[in-house]
Amino acid sequence: MISRRTLLQAGAVSAAALASGLRPARAANAVGVTEAEIKIGQTMPYSGPASAYGVIGKADVAYFKMINEAGGINGRKLNLISLDDGYSPPKTVEQTRRLVEQEQVAFIFNSLGTPSNAAIRPYLTENKVPQLFVATGAAMWNDPKNFPWTIGWQPNYQTEASIFGKHIVATKPGAKIGVLYQNDAFGKDYLTGLKAGLGADHAGLIIKEASYEVSEPTVDSQIVSLQDSGADVLLIAATPKFAAQAIRKTFDIGWTPVRYMTDVSLSIASVMKPAGLEKSKGVITANYGKDPTDARWKDDEGYKGWAAFVAKYLTPADLIDSNAIYGYGVAATMVQVLKQCENDLSRENIMRQAANIKDLELPMLLPGVKINTSPDNFAPIRQEQLESFNGESWSAFGDLLQG
Amino acid sequence: MTLANDTPTALSAAAIAQAGSRRLQRLAMGVFCIFALGLPFVASGYHLFQFAQVLIYAIALLGLNILTGYNGQISLGHGAFYAIGGYAMAILATKFDVPYWATIPVSGLICFVAGFLFGLPALRLGGLYLALATFALAVATPQLLNYRGFDAWTGGSQGLQLGKPHAPFALPLTSDQWLYFLCLVCAALMFWAAANLVRGRIGRAIIAIRDHPIAAETMGINISFYKAMCFGVSALYAGVAGALGSIVVGFISPDSFGLFLSLSFLVGIVVGGLASIWGVLFGALFIEFVPNYADQLSDLFGESAKALPGAIYGILLIGLMYLMPTGVAGVIRTAPGLLSRLFSRPKRV
Amino acid sequence: MSALLHQIFSGLAMGGIYAILALALVMIYQATHLVNFAQGEMAMFSTYVAWEMIDSGMPYWAAFALTIVLSFIGGMLIERIVIRPFAHAPVLTIVIVFIGLLLIFNSVAGWRYSYTIKTFDSPFPDKRWFGNTLMSSHESGAILVTFAVLALVYAFFRFTPLGLAMRAAAQNPASSRLVGIRVGWMLAIGWGLAAAIGAVAGMMAAPIVYLDPNMMLGILLYAFAGAVLGGIDNPWGAAIGGFTVGVLENIAGAYVVGPEIKLSVALVIIVGVLVVRPSGLFGRTLVTRV
Repeated sequence: MISRRTLLQAGAVSAAALASGLRPARAANAVGVTEAEIKIGQTMPYSGPASAYGVIGKADVAYFKMINEAGGINGRKLNLISLDDGYSPPKTVEQTRRLVEQEQVAFIFNSLGTPSNAAIRPYLTENKVPQLFVATGAAMWNDPKNFPWTIGWQPNYQTEASIFGKHIVATKPGAKIGVLYQNDAFGKDYLTGLKAGLGADHAGLIIKEASYEVSEPTVDSQIVSLQDSGADVLLIAATPKFAAQAIRKTFDIGWTPVRYMTDVSLSIASVMKPAGLEKSKGVITANYGKDPTDARWKDDEGYKGWAAFVAKYLTPADLIDSNAIYGYGVAATMVQVLKQCENDLSRENIMRQAANIKDLELPMLLPGVKINTSPDNFAPIRQEQLESFNGESWSAFGDLLQG
Repeated sequence: MTLANDTPTALSAAAIAQAGSRRLQRLAMGVFCIFALGLPFVASGYHLFQFAQVLIYAIALLGLNILTGYNGQISLGHGAFYAIGGYAMAILATKFDVPYWATIPVSGLICFVAGFLFGLPALRLGGLYLALATFALAVATPQLLNYRGFDAWTGGSQGLQLGKPHAPFALPLTSDQWLYFLCLVCAALMFWAAANLVRGRIGRAIIAIRDHPIAAETMGINISFYKAMCFGVSALYAGVAGALGSIVVGFISPDSFGLFLSLSFLVGIVVGGLASIWGVLFGALFIEFVPNYADQLSDLFGESAKALPGAIYGILLIGLMYLMPTGVAGVIRTAPGLLSRLFSRPKRV
Repeated sequence: MSALLHQIFSGLAMGGIYAILALALVMIYQATHLVNFAQGEMAMFSTYVAWEMIDSGMPYWAAFALTIVLSFIGGMLIERIVIRPFAHAPVLTIVIVFIGLLLIFNSVAGWRYSYTIKTFDSPFPDKRWFGNTLMSSHESGAILVTFAVLALVYAFFRFTPLGLAMRAAAQNPASSRLVGIRVGWMLAIGWGLAAAIGAVAGMMAAPIVYLDPNMMLGILLYAFAGAVLGGIDNPWGAAIGGFTVGVLENIAGAYVVGPEIKLSVALVIIVGVLVVRPSGLFGRTLVTRV
């Protein structure tokens, strides 16, 4: 008790710091790591409004299981503790503290959600716990100066939207742009990125912005409003269900704007087909991964590997789920980092290696897209390819773009 | 005001039961105080965080219980007042540099006004219609918080970050311990106030309004005033809880206040027991811990069941309602009677 | 002008769906004076059942009919097994049970069918009716279905002995028992009918909004608002309320306040109407006896 009191007075500010300070034997170098396993923590919305994303956690767990069955990494098994946070930031904080203080995980991996990750970042930074490959496309994760323990993974929404903005300026300088966006961090980032891409000179091209709530049944009314505004370019920053509705509705009301769509919704099976393949012709997206429902990858080695993985470790419905593929890719990146760590699995080294990925190619990324990080680049995937939909599959045009 | 069925025998039996239960109550309270005060010195920071949340939820539930349990006005939207309290705290602290402890009463007052104003039109709405109006409030809250016109204040969908306060006066406490004590003190004050409120003249009036509004009115109780006041006081509780919630979590965003939060509050007061002051503690424990257990239980069914914590929570909820339709407080209240009935008439439970 | 017409008609199309689900809510409300918060999720689950049958090759109308029958049985079973034990429990306890059911259906659907959206066929030919460009044939068809359901519900309560017995059981259970009505069964049938009507709502909504586990959450909210606005004890009122909400919401979003807060505004208007007419536009005013 005395030693504890003294420690407290010595200025240990949080119980987490206290806990790690009290266990020097284990904490000195590699918290959460033993000869047999590496303990990893994660929060996922398995319940609540964002439960569609829970499949990412499922895929992460399955991927690590596959690695473990093949002998693990340097003989260590990966033990991913994936907890439900119901997409509520206070719960994320609670569960993350449990992972760090109670479960003593080595690091936090691929927790989902912009607000949830924002809520735990100060805590993890203060306690020097790596917050790796967060599952969100916000632009705020590439900030190594202020938050050296937090790193993103996917191209961020702002980058993607700015690619669209530049493309519009280059191909249709007099465009009148209408934007359909989801009224949350995802949709608003898109709007910001689009404006950045258009540049100050062309910001006036946006003539109408219409938002929707995820609780709304349809976006039909918004599409009608956007048409009425006279726009001839439509940017769709919407999740799959609403993107499909938007594509279908534009066609049905006889409106033919140039349609740009976020890569969040590029799945052929779960967006283009529901919207109608004919109705989806001409939609443009910017992409970095392979759509498993695109016939052009049918004989691709990467796709075959994915299909075999799903057959063995997941359920058949997951084969076409873009969220599951996301998990597959991000887990593979994690494994690469842990391999690079060799036998130094201290938090410092894990973070160092996460910021030291060189030209990593993954089976389900587009050919040529490479993952690169460095101490001043915490945005692992930066390349995207413009693609347009030809009624059957996506066809690439132009060069691979660097955001 | 005596109740119609208080015959002399029933009265004396009730008096005996009351005396017994009062002794039991004192004992329980003693045990509880020791537990609450001792906890910070044995529990880890993470557990303290959880129990601080429990205390915060308990305050919010207490407010809702005054409105719904005692006054009979249903609210499906108390998350909205919790959100207003939380945002009031965060905005005062980040934009006006008000010290965090001073934001708590201010947030409470802001919510009192908001609740009172909302309560005025809601006066005309009873039962189902009030349920819809408050439900609408719960649905609208995250959207309004997201509204771009308010971004400069609310931080929009990115939310607001708040620093974590440390113990003042060089107290030898970690910030988790300090925050727990802060919540404990606030909760104690709020419980004390609520207990006095419902036992006093006002309490009798609001209960009378719930049980028989027309009779209450003929006895000279100003129904509109009391109902609106009830809404105000109830919102004040939610607001104080919301402010504490922001302080403890250190982050606030529209996603923290979804529809599910409002439903959780309703779950909390029913699980704890309607019209019970102490019951809300059980309700708070339930809404804080049971979702975690549901998640862990879903793990037991293998990886493919990982998507099922929602269903398991639902099953636990229905099961609990089945076992205790009047909540934990209801069971405690009727336990002696239930036992004697069990022994005298074993066939009908 | 054509945009305004478009907004109105697309509002009517969704309004029709709200109206059907509102009728399902009315069904249970008639019998128990409670609003079933799980109604939307039950409808969603029924729609998945229909999807599974169609996916396995069954003709649409056979699947449609079979789904309605299965939903009817399912609704009755839920009443008998889950709701019946709470017959004498406080109202809020039953509300909590509804919330529990909502969570269970939503979560199980996501687990069993995954969250990727699915296409659900429309029974109506993919050709515009009478050169009508304002509505797709499915939207027009769905509105017709709404009227058909409404007529059936009305006729059921008005002209059939069973409907009469159900109304009696709801209004005065004690006296109903005395004249030989089996009140318990009436409740079960009410739940069954509500589930069947909900299934129709789900199958009409899915071709428009796509099939996914969360598809009915928003629709339920609007249906609830519509039912209360029109008067929840009156099928006609509830249906008109549903249409009104659909149109009102679109108009508010497109012309008044913008889509960001249109839901909030629509709800404020509804609450405003209720303040003036506390039992809904077409509801009966209840007189309390002292």
